[in-house]
Amino acid sequence: MTLIEAENAIIEEFSMYEEWLDKYEYLIELGKSLKDYPEDAKTEEKLIKGCQSRVWLDYKMENGKIVFNADSDAIITKGIISLLIGLYSGRSAQEILSSDFSVVEKIGLKENLSPTRANGLVSMIAKIREIATLNM
Amino acid sequence: MFPALSRKVYGKDLVYLDNAATSQRVQTVLDEWNRISVESNANIHRAVHCLADEATQAYEAARDAVKDFLNASGREEIVFTSGTTAAINLVAFCYGEAFVKEGDEVVVTEAEHHSNIVPWQIMCRRKGAVLKVLPVDDLGHLKVDMLDEILTEKTRIMAVTQISNVLGIINPVKDIIDKCHSKGIPVLIDGAQGAVHCKVDVQDMDCDFYVFSGHKLYAATGTGVLYGKRKWLDAMPPYMGGGEMVGTVTFAETTYAPLPMKFEAGTQNFASAATLKQALYFVNLLNDNELVKYNDKIRDYLLDYFLNDERIKLFGVPRGTSDEKIPLFSFVVKGVHHEDLALILDKMGIAVRSGQMCAEPVMDRFGVTGMLRVSVAPYNTIEEAEYFVKCLNRAIDMLM
Repeated sequence: MTLIEAENAIIEEFSMYEEWLDKYEYLIELGKSLKDYPEDAKTEEKLIKGCQSRVWLDYKMENGKIVFNADSDAIITKGIISLLIGLYSGRSAQEILSSDFSVVEKIGLKENLSPTRANGLVSMIAKIREIATLNM
Repeated sequence: MFPALSRKVYGKDLVYLDNAATSQRVQTVLDEWNRISVESNANIHRAVHCLADEATQAYEAARDAVKDFLNASGREEIVFTSGTTAAINLVAFCYGEAFVKEGDEVVVTEAEHHSNIVPWQIMCRRKGAVLKVLPVDDLGHLKVDMLDEILTEKTRIMAVTQISNVLGIINPVKDIIDKCHSKGIPVLIDGAQGAVHCKVDVQDMDCDFYVFSGHKLYAATGTGVLYGKRKWLDAMPPYMGGGEMVGTVTFAETTYAPLPMKFEAGTQNFASAATLKQALYFVNLLNDNELVKYNDKIRDYLLDYFLNDERIKLFGVPRGTSDEKIPLFSFVVKGVHHEDLALILDKMGIAVRSGQMCAEPVMDRFGVTGMLRVSVAPYNTIEEAEYFVKCLNRAIDMLM
């Protein structure tokens, strides 16, 4: 699936949930599915600034693709970072940077999160872009 | 009576349980705020025209209302500020200038809001003084006995909250004041929560300073009060220079206005401050017996719930009767992040506070990164409390 196809699939998936609590249920499940982030990678350097809850984002390069891994101490936030990783992990830096990241607005995540949470989301995207730029 | 409470959030009826952060405004406050802005908008104390006279009268009537509310001995002991924070900063700075020197000590407690820590820290740094801390015990009660060793001949002032915004335990401020006074140490009481929930009599309490915010007790935001004993306020230098706080001004020398104007430099937030009169009138009405009983019923219902749900840890637990506590409950749910719960409750229409609540030392004391807080006002109902418990359980089920 291309990145645009993957983004559209998420947008379609979210459009099925009318109630916010259903969207949260979905994010909680996504959060629970994100596993195996090593404790020793929870360093200050990998911590994303601007989040009220703590979020760590790490990555490695595999065959020219960026593979992300992340964790958070709050499950909804973990669901959000999991969703982002699902979209952007395993892709080339160029492909990641070709996205306008408007998917988070289209699924209503950005404006419906508390301002502190929205800042965190902006910080997560900024970090993903920063990592991609570094690895162009 | 509280227009804000009739709104909906995400299509659900609003259940507002973040009253310790700010309360909603009573209609009479909104009316007065609007009336002054529309009919009597003129700068106070300065001009002789009709509008200025009306605005001045409304502002000074609020001062009289505050004096009566606190039972202060004189209206000149009531200084208007922008809030509790501004009032504490004023005292920390001005008292510090007059009375604190290198090597002196200032005492606060572990249960304080940042507003009652940082201003003292800044002053101590400036003066080369030392900040000392009275700890709380595991249930969230101040270890008042330890004061005997913490207070020394170098202690210049103690600042303590009447009720912690996290723990909700009514502190024995009279005992603390007695202990301090026996050593000649003045005491500032942070009444941000206390003024809302306790009947305050500053003469009986014998505190040297008492500060509170208007926005937490149904008045307009941006209002606050500093009560100070006249002997201290007279001995302290001004905080800010500017209009209205002066006697005569020449480039060689300026004399200062008498109290309380000495501490009210510049154009005051007069339309907002005036609403304190309506707000305090309303607070007095709340002392009605039936209403107090009803509020105690909500508090006891929630306290019972929080103490008996094994998944929950409550911070600030009464040792004896529930009367030691106000209807303010900070807690964590084991294995669940406070922010997740707050987000889900929000979407159910319930406003609660989550995070560190401007009291990081309290979080550190209890070894948590944050808590969830429910704080109840007299306009909340037992049905809302029950709905909250139901929703909290549903949220926990979603997250577990």
